[in-house]
Amino acid sequence: MKNEALSGIKIADFSWVWAGPYASELLSFLGADVVKIESKKRIDQTRQGSMTMGADFEGYNASPIFNNANLNKRSVSLNLKKPEAVELAKKLVAASDVVLENMRPGVMEKNGLGYEDLKKVKEDIIMVSASGFGSAGPYGHYAGYAPIFAAFGGLANLTGYEGGEPNTMSGVMDLRVGTMTAAAIIAALIYREKTGKGMYIDISSSECISSLVGAELLEYPMNGTSPTRMGNKDEIMAPHNVYRCAGDDRWISIAVGSDQEWKSLKKVMGEPEWAQNEEYDDQHGRWVNQEELDRHISEWTVQYKDYDLMHMLQDEGVAAMPSFCAEQILSDPHMAAREKFIQVEHPILGKKWVMTPPWKMSETPAKIYKASPLLGEHNTEVFGEWVGLSADEVAQYEADEVIF
Amino acid sequence: MSKGPLTGIKVVEYCTGVAGPYCGKLLADMGAEVIKVEKPNGDISRRRGPFFHDIADEDLAIGYLYDNTNKLGVTLNVEEATGRKIFKELIRDADVLLEDRKVGELEALGLGYEDLKKENEGLIYTAITEFGQDGPYRDYKSYNLTMYHASGAGYVLPANSPNADREPIKGGGMVGQRDVGSCALVSVLGAVYWKMMGGTGQFIDISKQEAEMALERMNIVRYYELGKSPTRVKINRLRDTLLRCKDGGYVKVVLHPDKQWRGVVEALGEPEWTHLEMFADHNGREMHFEELTEYLSQESAKYDTDEFFDLIQAKGTACAPVCTAEQVFKSPQSAAREFYVDIDHPKTGVQKYPGLPFKMTEAQPTDMKGAPMRGEHNELIYCERLGYSAQDLAKFRSARII
Repeated sequence: MKNEALSGIKIADFSWVWAGPYASELLSFLGADVVKIESKKRIDQTRQGSMTMGADFEGYNASPIFNNANLNKRSVSLNLKKPEAVELAKKLVAASDVVLENMRPGVMEKNGLGYEDLKKVKEDIIMVSASGFGSAGPYGHYAGYAPIFAAFGGLANLTGYEGGEPNTMSGVMDLRVGTMTAAAIIAALIYREKTGKGMYIDISSSECISSLVGAELLEYPMNGTSPTRMGNKDEIMAPHNVYRCAGDDRWISIAVGSDQEWKSLKKVMGEPEWAQNEEYDDQHGRWVNQEELDRHISEWTVQYKDYDLMHMLQDEGVAAMPSFCAEQILSDPHMAAREKFIQVEHPILGKKWVMTPPWKMSETPAKIYKASPLLGEHNTEVFGEWVGLSADEVAQYEADEVIF
Repeated sequence: MSKGPLTGIKVVEYCTGVAGPYCGKLLADMGAEVIKVEKPNGDISRRRGPFFHDIADEDLAIGYLYDNTNKLGVTLNVEEATGRKIFKELIRDADVLLEDRKVGELEALGLGYEDLKKENEGLIYTAITEFGQDGPYRDYKSYNLTMYHASGAGYVLPANSPNADREPIKGGGMVGQRDVGSCALVSVLGAVYWKMMGGTGQFIDISKQEAEMALERMNIVRYYELGKSPTRVKINRLRDTLLRCKDGGYVKVVLHPDKQWRGVVEALGEPEWTHLEMFADHNGREMHFEELTEYLSQESAKYDTDEFFDLIQAKGTACAPVCTAEQVFKSPQSAAREFYVDIDHPKTGVQKYPGLPFKMTEAQPTDMKGAPMRGEHNELIYCERLGYSAQDLAKFRSARII
């Protein structure tokens, strides 16, 4: 038995940008064979690195963003505007276990690649569509980008300073959707194994976000109330905030969860006089006076470096962690010990640091095997393996701009 | 019991708070049998408000009710030898254990992976901890706030801050903890699948810090592209523009790529200012972002939130209201998708809960049940399943084992 959890699972991945690609990337970490189906006629937005890279864009095979979303995958190119390409896509699907797509609802059907079409070529196919609002309903056809479903799903309204504006946190939303999508796909694989049946899964990105703040949303149907933004504050704990440290834009988060932890914090601060107020000895007293506590604590933290505070406080059992920036995470000793970052060799970008999978599994270690594919890099290989085309046939299709 | 694609899979959950329980909840909502084992004094989320109708009852904490749907609930004191014996009996029949105790805590009680493997060779033992099983921070203390910031996800919030004068913040509500739960779920299901296909049990090490960090996978390595750390200052402004409407509601519009900008301009009826030279291309709009949002705000202030939403989306262009809990609940989309599901509970009656974020044409999860009251299923599990007598149960109770 190969020590890959999803060994032998083939995924025909029509998805793009981040949400779908991240779902299939997670599945590839678990050993699934993911083939990305793309085209020069329809280039993945993350290949067009300009979104965050601005003028540094060096072409669609040289995007670090794409690289991070498409590790381990192979790429074939199909110009789905051509009927022959649609037929080839169906042949790929016939060889697959899972089809993943996140085009706008209706686009796959229009291309002749809807669930009903694909079921005919592979009866037990698992097809997954992820869209902004789900495929049906009054907003089913509405456009959804990450900030849109963060807003609509109810998370943006909860994120931000107390009394300040809501915040949509941007790109990470897609990865939240991708995680949920990956889970749904494996659940469907488990079901297929038990019953022999495939299924169609219609994922709403907004609902993925809503699920992650489900308890907060449940306050409305239960109590008729809608919670709002609280910055770093907690319902119960105090002190509970992020405090400025010495250095440029350096911060430490501190959360005090018990009376004992408050005593420990006082001790580390050197038992300052202001902290001896008996009102602060219990959680409620600290909570109602938290702004005053925060003011005093900030005056203390700003004298120290974030890492020094972390060690001083953790040594006494107080939960304190820097609000890490990327540079700190990349050089952090704990991250090094956990082997959180490795390098992959990309044919154009060269050696690139990437983050390893978020699970350590003893028998089926989740792995990064390779960098992201170039557009159409595996045409000959995949159409050979999955469809049985010869290299000459692939070349002919390429010349005809079917495989393109 | 709920039914769904995971019907037949057996899980024991020994978790508290939000992250582990949310993972267990998703498994249970999809049909797995999840036995939630609580210490005799119960899950900490039972004591965290808000409460249903503000009744401070341990079975009525809203967070607890949400994160524990469809589970069977038992109480057990594993500090006692008999409690440990019963714990092993529960494990014998399980596919998955989810536990979120400190590193080494269960091992010290004789309930570590090596011990439990002897009881059940095929067990998938999933340990969710703050910083993982090894490394210099493995014994560090952390809560939701410190986890969020240690992951790097807080430093870049609030996104699009005008400057770095104020502190970074965490994501809203308990999103960070549930991110951990859904991240863990993927590996648990992967391990279950592998076992079904002839594989063995295994140990899964989940670090909360790393599970949250996974969502920042691009942002963190972007350090090497930028030569400095991404910050919360003025990022993504055109992709993520906040406006306010006549009724006071917030909306989001997306002004990048160009196609999106064009859609917004057309939806607004090509007002004259949109033809100003400074807004002619992406770079101009980025450079003159303040002027741009001022003009756009004047437009959005002419409409109510839902009106503006429909106006922009009618052009196939992305826009959405920033929904409160009330707005999500009342949205016609939630109604059409039947996103909220009816769940009954002895103390609340039938209530509408946010459901699973997907619809399946086969095995669509049904028969949702409320979160267990403390020790609600002691008799069912200990007597009917494990074969203890009513007298045994009484004895366990008086010895504070259950």
